[in-house]
Amino acid sequence: MSTNLIDHAIPQEAATILPERITRFPFPFSADSYRYSTNIEPALKPVSTEAGGWGTRLLDIDEHYLQELGERAAVLQRDPSRLQVLPHMRPAVWDAITTLLPIMADEHPETMSFERKGDSCRWQNRLHNLDLEFTAGVDASLPAEPLLFLGSQIQDDIALLDQRENALWLDAGLVTFAADWSLGFDVGMKFLEVHGPVPRVHDEQIITRAQQFLMNLQPGEKYRRTNWTMTVGRRLDTSTETYPEWAQDRSAVVTDPALPDRLHLRVEVQHLIRLPHSGAILFLVRTHLLSLADIARVPAWRERLGRVLAELPPDMAGYKGISRYREAASAWLLAG
Amino acid sequence: MTATALLAGGLKLQVAEVTAQTPSITSITFTDPAGGPLPAYVPGSHLLVQCGDGVNAYSLTGSGRSPSDYSVSVLRVASGAGGSAAMHRLRAGDRVLVSRPRSAFTPMATARHHLLIAGGIGVTPMLSHARAAAEWGMAATMIYMYRPAEGAHVPELRELLDTRLVECTDRGSFRQALAEKLSSQRLGTHLYVCGPAAFMESVLASARELGWPETRLHSEPFGTPELDAGQPFRAKLTRSGIQVEIPAGVSLLEALEGADVGVPNMCRKGVCGECSVAVLRGTPQHRDLYLSEDQKASGRTMMCCVSRSLDQELELDL
Ligand code: HEM
Ligand code: FES
Repeated sequence: MSTNLIDHAIPQEAATILPERITRFPFPFSADSYRYSTNIEPALKPVSTEAGGWGTRLLDIDEHYLQELGERAAVLQRDPSRLQVLPHMRPAVWDAITTLLPIMADEHPETMSFERKGDSCRWQNRLHNLDLEFTAGVDASLPAEPLLFLGSQIQDDIALLDQRENALWLDAGLVTFAADWSLGFDVGMKFLEVHGPVPRVHDEQIITRAQQFLMNLQPGEKYRRTNWTMTVGRRLDTSTETYPEWAQDRSAVVTDPALPDRLHLRVEVQHLIRLPHSGAILFLVRTHLLSLADIARVPAWRERLGRVLAELPPDMAGYKGISRYREAASAWLLAG
Repeated sequence: MTATALLAGGLKLQVAEVTAQTPSITSITFTDPAGGPLPAYVPGSHLLVQCGDGVNAYSLTGSGRSPSDYSVSVLRVASGAGGSAAMHRLRAGDRVLVSRPRSAFTPMATARHHLLIAGGIGVTPMLSHARAAAEWGMAATMIYMYRPAEGAHVPELRELLDTRLVECTDRGSFRQALAEKLSSQRLGTHLYVCGPAAFMESVLASARELGWPETRLHSEPFGTPELDAGQPFRAKLTRSGIQVEIPAGVSLLEALEGADVGVPNMCRKGVCGECSVAVLRGTPQHRDLYLSEDQKASGRTMMCCVSRSLDQELELDL
């Protein structure tokens, strides 16, 4: 993290009182306007921001860990279709488990540990009071369906893509925190079809380039990108299935004096990993929400987000679902 | 070829065991000298091994799941460049530099059945596939053609595949077995073939004649080959007034950074478009995924994280 940036950008006193949810927030903008690009970079590269920094871990665990995993379990209870595993993806799911648990243990040794001898594995996660012995590749040795189990250990949403016939296919996933899309609808689709609704990216060849890049990844290679939108409330489940529950908030918030507390910048840190044994592409989506009120505590962010929102072309704002309130949000931020 | 760059991130391993498979094929097993586990690999992967004065690629014969060793089998080629002879001279305890496993011949996850066809030393990636199929409870059948007394890995294959292994030691019986298997496969079978070029060609031709769709025939690595180290060249930076030498195996971006000439960059893989530099003179060798064909043809911009030069010198607007 960049102590020097903190020193220079904001007074020392202010820096020390900012909470971690702000200092570690992956603020995604590097300019006053935002356009789609193939914004892929190597994973684990440290990023410094005006408030602190992020990016040195693949699996980010924060203060919301237990609460978010509780929410995921509740969403799955209500709607089991958020889990999809086409039968041929079983080996890829196991590959994801045996790849991610050791990484998480390495990155969080105070609370987690992983040991493996042959196919016998032991996983300890003190945040869950869990001490589990299981056999790699044997579904019944886990307390739940394997991908459900993995989704109960990490805050990220998970997607797995199979590579065949010169394309990538979204053939498995556990996605409870989608930003207005539906895994149940997309499962079995090609990468290019999944991105069908996104404006601009097809003319600009952004998605075909991304697919080519992903298909060339060698086992073990890890990359990441960020994506962003906005959400009313600290609501993680904004999938298409629950649209009726959250859609009206988008109009109601415009005139609400509590707009700065209710409206959140929603940033997804997405990891792209070629799994070592199955050869599948693992796509992790870790969603971070930060209210405009919190954003405004970092003056540089306040101004930058205000400008990005004011400048964003209507088709992109429409696609992101932020057209109704983006002017109000921008006005509040820039009035600061 | 691609040697230096690939071996840079590679592994230093120790020869644990050398076993003669046949009079001309030897299996060599490598382990981590510290006794640690090795990176998993996709079935059908290969290793680049530095041995003698060359670097050669050999298929790994294990399933790739949580390996504690890497095994390859090497045919001694009398006329070869000498790599195979040097490999045959390895003894337990020798240290070698190997690349990380590289995947290029992946089993299809959606296959209902794998039909594996091996000719001679081409059996090595097929053995890897057969082992992985057995571990995941997937159906696999193999036709294995070898010259009498030159069948490597036969006992393991018999145990793995039992009646689903057809061994042939002459062309006639191979042709017959192939015709029979090609016409009796159920829907959803994928065919994989490895062996001498002529052998692979004739197997694929027979399959096509019998109506097998291309999507179910696998003989070539998919994906693009790793970018090779390339030729050395020089970059003349007109605005900074300096020259930078770019050796083979070092990217232009890295060389510029080494000379304290920063260029904005992101992916370092030729896909994001951040690191473009304007070319004033000389012909770039484009190796990126970002520029369009037209832009590449014009030669006025290049992505310095992956692209190089066709000329000995490039003049850049930096
Ligand atoms: C590899 C796995 C990936 C999966 C499964 C995936 C999936 C998705 C999905 C489901 C959407 C929402 C589409 C909708 O509205 O229905 C989306 C949006 C998008 N994706 Fe991806 N994506 C992946 C990787 C990438 C990569 C590598 C890029 C690189 C450019 C990319 C760029 C985008 C963009 C620009 C959007 C629009 C986002 C917005 O404006 O909110 N995606 N993706
Ligand atoms: S850094 Fe992305 S194209 Fe070169």
